[in-house]
Amino acid sequence: MWVYEKKLQYPVRVSKCDPRMAKFLIEQYGGADGELAAALRYLNQRYTLPDQVIGIVNDIGTEELAHLEMIATMVYKLTKDATAEEMKEAGLGAHYADHDKALFFHNAAGAPFTATYFQAKGDPIADLYEDIAAEEKARSTYQWLINMTDDPDLKDGLQFLREREVVHSQRFREAVEILKEERGAKKIF
Amino acid sequence: MGGPRWTDEQKKAYYKLMKEIQTVDFVLVELNLYLNTHPDDQQAVQQYNEFVQRSAALKNRFQSMFGPLYGFGNSYATCPWSWKEAPWPWQV
Repeated sequence: MWVYEKKLQYPVRVSKCDPRMAKFLIEQYGGADGELAAALRYLNQRYTLPDQVIGIVNDIGTEELAHLEMIATMVYKLTKDATAEEMKEAGLGAHYADHDKALFFHNAAGAPFTATYFQAKGDPIADLYEDIAAEEKARSTYQWLINMTDDPDLKDGLQFLREREVVHSQRFREAVEILKEERGAKKIF
Repeated sequence: MGGPRWTDEQKKAYYKLMKEIQTVDFVLVELNLYLNTHPDDQQAVQQYNEFVQRSAALKNRFQSMFGPLYGFGNSYATCPWSWKEAPWPWQV
């Protein structure tokens, strides 16, 4: 099971109401390379992985849940003071019509979240390579998001998340090496 | 945030202590992930245990001032039940 902590992993601040930026950030909430897809991918793959790498995938999956909460906090703070008119102008009219300011798992273009964003192949190398790719794609998305805002507080939170993708990618690469070594080792029975 | 009963001083203390907890816990997350792939690094294990202690001390202080950080038996409770008292993370 999981234990909820009444804190964010890293402080999330925004310096202005900016529903347009929230529309783009939703990509990392309910998009293909977003935090929900990441958390569900890892926490679902772990059951059939070899013992040496379960911990790595389990713990990164858990950290992704903390990142999901950070992204949600950013979206919430960027939209909470917006009027219906401002939501409409920011391209969130369709979102507002269905959800008001509530969050919803869809991507920046409004496509709803789907389990087909990620795979569990039952092949540890295939799964870990997908995980490495997922981290690199998420890192890229964070960079594109950072490029679109001039809000220094928001940038700070996004930069933290971008750096975490780098660390996760490195850890998954090490997991692949651990499996390769195991496969290459001479075993005496 | 934090309802009307919080003075400016309390708010300042909340942010300061919360940031210290976030800093110490970040070290623990990083070392945890690192140790998953480097289990024999004795220095990292020692540092991990040091930070476990630091984190616990900070959280004890925080919880005595602002209420529980955890439910489900991982924090002591007060009467009345105060889980909803401190602001939620997205409200601060």
